Amino acid sequence: MDTAEVIIEVDNVTTAFGGHVIHRNLNLTVHRGEVVALIGGSGSGKTTLLRLLLGLEVPQAGSVKIFGHPLGRCAVRDLERVRYRWGVLFQAGALFSALSVFDNVALPLRELKSVPPDLIKPLVMLKLAQVGLKPDDALKQPSELSGGMIKRVSLARALILDPQLLFLDEPTAGLDPDSAKQFVKLLRKLRQELGLTVVMVTHDVDTLFAVVDRVAVLAEQHIIASGPLAEVARLPHHFVRNFFLGHIQRCEEDDLRRFRLSLDDTSDEGGVPAVLREEQTV
Amino acid sequence: MSDAGAIFPPHHLPDHPQAWSAGSPDAEPLLQANGPREWRVSGDWTLLALRGRYDEFRQRIASAVTEGGDALWDLRTLRRLDTAGALTLWQGWGKKPPSRLLWQPEHVTLFAQFMQPAALPKRGPRLGPGLERASLGLLAFARHGVDIVALIGRLLLDLVAVLRHPSLIGWREISANVYRTGAQALPITALVGFLVGLTLSYLISRQLKTYGADIFVINILGLAVLRELGPLLAAIIVAGRSGSAMTAQIGVMRVTQELDALSVMGISHTVRLVLPKVVALAISLPLVALWTSALMLLGGMAAAGAQLKLDPVQFLHLLPSVVEPVNLWLGWIKSMLFGGLIALLACHFGLRVKPNTESLGQSVTQSVVTAITLVIVVDAVFAVLFSNVGI
Repeated sequence: MDTAEVIIEVDNVTTAFGGHVIHRNLNLTVHRGEVVALIGGSGSGKTTLLRLLLGLEVPQAGSVKIFGHPLGRCAVRDLERVRYRWGVLFQAGALFSALSVFDNVALPLRELKSVPPDLIKPLVMLKLAQVGLKPDDALKQPSELSGGMIKRVSLARALILDPQLLFLDEPTAGLDPDSAKQFVKLLRKLRQELGLTVVMVTHDVDTLFAVVDRVAVLAEQHIIASGPLAEVARLPHHFVRNFFLGHIQRCEEDDLRRFRLSLDDTSDEGGVPAVLREEQTV
Repeated sequence: MSDAGAIFPPHHLPDHPQAWSAGSPDAEPLLQANGPREWRVSGDWTLLALRGRYDEFRQRIASAVTEGGDALWDLRTLRRLDTAGALTLWQGWGKKPPSRLLWQPEHVTLFAQFMQPAALPKRGPRLGPGLERASLGLLAFARHGVDIVALIGRLLLDLVAVLRHPSLIGWREISANVYRTGAQALPITALVGFLVGLTLSYLISRQLKTYGADIFVINILGLAVLRELGPLLAAIIVAGRSGSAMTAQIGVMRVTQELDALSVMGISHTVRLVLPKVVALAISLPLVALWTSALMLLGGMAAAGAQLKLDPVQFLHLLPSVVEPVNLWLGWIKSMLFGGLIALLACHFGLRVKPNTESLGQSVTQSVVTAITLVIVVDAVFAVLFSNVGI
């Protein structure tokens, strides 16, 4: 894995807003096929780091490279090469409230201006099924959706261009435990099927246990630790200690594997979303 | 890092020689005949690589299927395949896999998802043009009417409550709104008023000059400006400027759930949001109208001075004697009514915004258009009712 291709490279980045320094000499590298979680306290700059990675903010110093293309000062052609290859799930979904679910998911495809409509329709319906939505949901408006469904639609929209890199901002925040579990299962399934590289910001310990390969802890303006869950959880840092309070035992590798196998158990609740299972039996 | 692979080996990475890197440009998608009745699919079959060539490839695949009978499809040398590429192949094959197919194991899941019957959504019955749509429009209009009546009723009840408990009056909001809708509107109304007065006076003077009735420019201009044009012009500008802002403000509060927060805290929307706006605009619009009228007269005076050599002092001296003061009061009362009307409509449309962006834009437009239309309608009604007063 150490020799795997580098997808994201954050090099000595410093960010400041109005004299207030958020990141100082921050470094982060993400390799292909990895699922990396960013954790950190409120106000530690997780969201800002994510925005840096997305090119929505420009660092004061240092550089951010995605797929080897530097963000910010790159040619339009390069940026296009990046933007069509990533998908982003925003925390509140960021669905276009004026468009129906179908149109929301179809939008990135239509913007390519080169995909025939008879290909768009099945592609969108496939993605909706993949994230566990019913065909009828396609005609709903975003205002009619529940929080969990908004996340699913947003995920479908993020996945519609079959990206190689997926950014998730608090994917399970605001979901009830069952929905969160379903969502995590969905992520695992998608990851297995699509071989995605995933960067996520999360506070949810269960999500970490379920899908994450590597945890990066953001505190004191830089990444203080980055490594497998079991290693990071033992870090003698007060934030990390509070974060994993009562979960230390679960970080053991055997326990972790057992937990993940239980999630992948397809015999019962399984990775297949409930909607699809119903359809198969019909 | 080290154990990540052990726990969770990446499933999908192609291990054949031409392994691709994630940032690399797309390779050409290729479909080649590889001997009789054998087709080789290679290169990148991805959304971006196939851009603009979907139909071409689907047709080529379809014709290969029909002519070749039982051809062998070799997908093993594909560099990259995604859902769009797989779907293109699938549609070309006629939505079923060919009988002789060689593929990479990781592509199985891609094709497997097409096997499930993908039920396409049925659009609900759309209303055609005709009676149904017209009746719906009428219904929406009636609903607006009911809502406005309800809002006015609520407002009157709240007004009584507020007058009984003067501590409820939001002086700060009223004052802030007077400043925003009145004081900040002075420059734009001054400019527009002066120019309109100038133009009007110039045209009138030219016509009167031919009849030698120069002095009547004061009568015409004074009456028209103080009674009709000043209040109307001010109302139209303020409706566009402040009415839209009020609708947008309340609309955004709906989108961000601030209105719900107010309700939950037991703070009345009408007392806190609507009433101060209505009162403030009813106060500030007459003042703005007076200001606009004054600037229009100034412009008229300037044009009359240039065109007819009419002395400004004479103009001002004659004005009170030829235009009855009741016209001023009429204009003043109309402006007050216009102000209340504009604010009321702005709040009405703001409160009706649904929590999405399109509804917000629609409501702001509707608010301004309705306010301007109603201002002109009310003005016409006034003109008929008071046709015998002050002329």
